[in-house]
Amino acid sequence: MSEIRNELKYLPSHEWARLEADGTVTIGISDHAQESLGDVVYVETPEVGSTINAGEEAGVVESVKAASDIYSPVSGEVIEVNESLEDAPEQVNSSPYDDGWFFRVKPNDLSELEDALDASGYQSTIEEG
Amino acid sequence: MAPLLGTGLFMAHRTALYDIHLAAGGKMVDFGGWDMPINYGSQIDEHHQVRRHAGMFDVSHMTVVDVSGPDARRYLRALLANDVARIDNTRGKAIYSAMLNPDGGVIDDLIAYNLDTWYRLVVNCATRDKDLAWMSRQAEGYAVVVSERPELAMIAVQGPEATRITSDVIDTDKAALIASLGNFQGAEAGDWFIAKTGYTGEEGLEIMLPAVDAINLWQALAQAGVVPCGLGARDTLRLEAGMNLYGHEMDESTSPLVANMGWTIAWEPADRDFSGRAALQQQRQAGINEKLVGLVLKERGVLRAEQEVIIPGSDARGTITSGTFSPTLGHSIAMARVPATIGSHCQVLMRGKPVTVEVVKPNFVRHGQALI
Repeated sequence: MSEIRNELKYLPSHEWARLEADGTVTIGISDHAQESLGDVVYVETPEVGSTINAGEEAGVVESVKAASDIYSPVSGEVIEVNESLEDAPEQVNSSPYDDGWFFRVKPNDLSELEDALDASGYQSTIEEG
Repeated sequence: MAPLLGTGLFMAHRTALYDIHLAAGGKMVDFGGWDMPINYGSQIDEHHQVRRHAGMFDVSHMTVVDVSGPDARRYLRALLANDVARIDNTRGKAIYSAMLNPDGGVIDDLIAYNLDTWYRLVVNCATRDKDLAWMSRQAEGYAVVVSERPELAMIAVQGPEATRITSDVIDTDKAALIASLGNFQGAEAGDWFIAKTGYTGEEGLEIMLPAVDAINLWQALAQAGVVPCGLGARDTLRLEAGMNLYGHEMDESTSPLVANMGWTIAWEPADRDFSGRAALQQQRQAGINEKLVGLVLKERGVLRAEQEVIIPGSDARGTITSGTFSPTLGHSIAMARVPATIGSHCQVLMRGKPVTVEVVKPNFVRHGQALI
């Protein structure tokens, strides 16, 4: 069974979001997503300083199997990206919720995060297949 | 992210090793109606094991067909584009061949082993039904028996250490038999059939054997350090080795002449009238204006099947037939059917953006070594 962390918010498109103590939001893809994709070989993150909008494409993850767009659950400014994924994209597989995070956003409106799913809501979307 | 693959329930065939795959953490997917492991964790790690050491694949889904009877040789010389007369003099020797329809399209690609009084064929599982129907229709007028051998399991052990380790875990008679085999040759050993063949670009064996023996062999190989590998690694290995996959590089609407299979067509003797011959001859006379090439992308991104190939300064287009990330090379490679006039570079439309790639022969890695 894939791991779903209770403290995170999720999109039905399999991204997770974590609200940090400083009010920023970290984004990655779920354990279920990395398992379904198989070995991740490239991650394209947005540029630091760029502005992204909730629900719009913010990056791409490519595995041996497929390429998938990454959507952000919140709008705001990208303040940091996980540069270590450039040389070690396999961290998305081995540690999807920790070392394999994608990018961090300074959100314009934190209430956008309330529209995302909680752990049990995400669990049921996976079960529905 | 895009929707992920569904995990709905379906009834599929299971091989003798199904429970072992599950216990080893195999991620099972539907493959031509069979429930097969795509990987056991990391497809890339499995790929490296085969290039550097030894890996094993359950390929029991492949269809084994035996052809016997007094007309077996004559029948196969009419059925196959390659000529089994080429392997007349060596018992167990194999040829790779296309089986063509009258229009010269590829019904399937297969391996045929010469066993003196009979032949063993290995064909693809996804094409099983139409292959058997075609073969039985073509058998009319010949004194042959075409019989499927669904009771046989098949294990491919591949990699530089594969033959040595396998020889260590089987009985000495079978090990001696393996030592006597040439490349692309097989032999019976009791109710086993052992061949020095494969689909990875590495040395190794393909072993057809009864289900119970398959379980024992698989477990003995695992204990000896041979890593189980799924069909995902099998695909990246064959693509690096420039080997065609039915349904990708060729199908019933594709001529072998545009699928890098010209070498498998035995034109001589000129009076051998194999199925599809007349159509291929017409194609040759009209001129072949497409070919199968390799593509190399060294930057970020993965080439994928069905992406469009753009030729600079030309309206002609090509198509990627198979694309992947090459674990050995560390970047993406692909095979593509393109206009024969293609130069050293072309562009691929990747996610709506044209990206320049290098054009090479469709042969990227052999015996652990990069060829590009």
